[in-house]
Amino acid sequence: MNDFTTWDILRNLLLAARWTVLLSLVSFVGGSLAGLALLFARIGKGRLGPAFAKTYIELFQGTPLLMQLFLAFFGLGLFGIDVPAWLAAGLALILWTAAFLAEIWRGCVESVAKGQWEASSSLGMGYLQQMRWVILPQALRVAVPPTVGFSVQVVKGTALTSIIGFVELSKAGTMVTNATFEPFTVYGFVALIYFCLCWPLSKSSQILERKLNVAHRNH
Amino acid sequence: MNYAFDFGWLADYWPVLLKGIGITVELTLVGGVLGVSLGIACAWARALGPAWLKPVVAAYVEMIRNTPFLIQLFFVFFGLPALGLRMGELQAANLAMVINLGAYGCEIIRAGIQATPKGQFEAGASLGMSRIQTFWYVVLIPALQRIWPALSSQIVIVMLGSAAVSQIAAEDLTFAANFIQSRTFRAFETYFAATLIYLALAIVLRQLLRGLGWTIFPKRAAR
Repeated sequence: MNDFTTWDILRNLLLAARWTVLLSLVSFVGGSLAGLALLFARIGKGRLGPAFAKTYIELFQGTPLLMQLFLAFFGLGLFGIDVPAWLAAGLALILWTAAFLAEIWRGCVESVAKGQWEASSSLGMGYLQQMRWVILPQALRVAVPPTVGFSVQVVKGTALTSIIGFVELSKAGTMVTNATFEPFTVYGFVALIYFCLCWPLSKSSQILERKLNVAHRNH
Repeated sequence: MNYAFDFGWLADYWPVLLKGIGITVELTLVGGVLGVSLGIACAWARALGPAWLKPVVAAYVEMIRNTPFLIQLFFVFFGLPALGLRMGELQAANLAMVINLGAYGCEIIRAGIQATPKGQFEAGASLGMSRIQTFWYVVLIPALQRIWPALSSQIVIVMLGSAAVSQIAAEDLTFAANFIQSRTFRAFETYFAATLIYLALAIVLRQLLRGLGWTIFPKRAAR
């Protein structure tokens, strides 16, 4: 057995944490774009769009992220391609993030008073114009805090990708534990690093909520 | 895509799946009941408890809410034995779920408690209710009623999150799926079936919790 100093443990974990950060960013950005498309489908006028978006959201919110990861990992493999873990992890996390963000944002769009729709349509605005100039700017204000708050769930969600073999912070924790036989220290550090990534996000979400909702504050 | 889907294995392996479902349901039940209880205790401590207890509970809540469930699970199962606290995989899974739900439940229930107008405490006291009676009947029950939908979805989230306990070899539904796919090499079909079962469990659990809400809370007076 190699002798690992505490610094060795921490250094290896920090190196792996870069992948957690990268995967979180990719999932969040990709999930936002897909979520935006899903949002438009969900609140759109047609019949097919809302039905599809509703089913999609229900499926992804009603099943474990771990299962979605497994299905992405083994499902892509059915097409005869050799699926690297990062691809399955990224894909599953993007699809999962999109479902939650679309649902969060739908709530924000619906929180805009109905009169705003009527007023803008009485000004002769089309659907897209209404969205662009009237509804989304107001919805955005409401949407920022919960969106930042959800980014914490994305960071934590990346931990599950260790199970399909993507080497990020959690996987590195398991590997370092196997080399050092010090699970208490190692998982303690892993938890601490996750905390350092997530806590600033949680906190800023709370602060933004207080700042942006001044108008709605009732105490 | 030259792949022939085959769900024929289902006929041979349904007892394995059934056992997995049983464990998942059991974990959810125990985790849900104890987790909500812990959440209530913590919410009381944070909103109305003694001053020295508040920062302790706040630290616990922040620590749990900002770390992944998987790591909490590993810490309980692999880390705690270093302190001499050794337990089986099911106990570890249960403990991790209770700790996890306790923290989220605390924040949700606290929001409900803090929405109680201060006059209600005074009204309770003026009716000659003890502090415990006031907390139970005047504060807690209406608070729970207010936040029941949020608490219900959190319980469903914990149930879905319990898929991770297969990683410490607790024999839940995901563990069963892993076992079956290692026997049949039908990975996609196995996980597809398991996913559908989770979906069904989530839908049933949501309905059950809604029904439970209707039965345990008094009908809300029209305002």
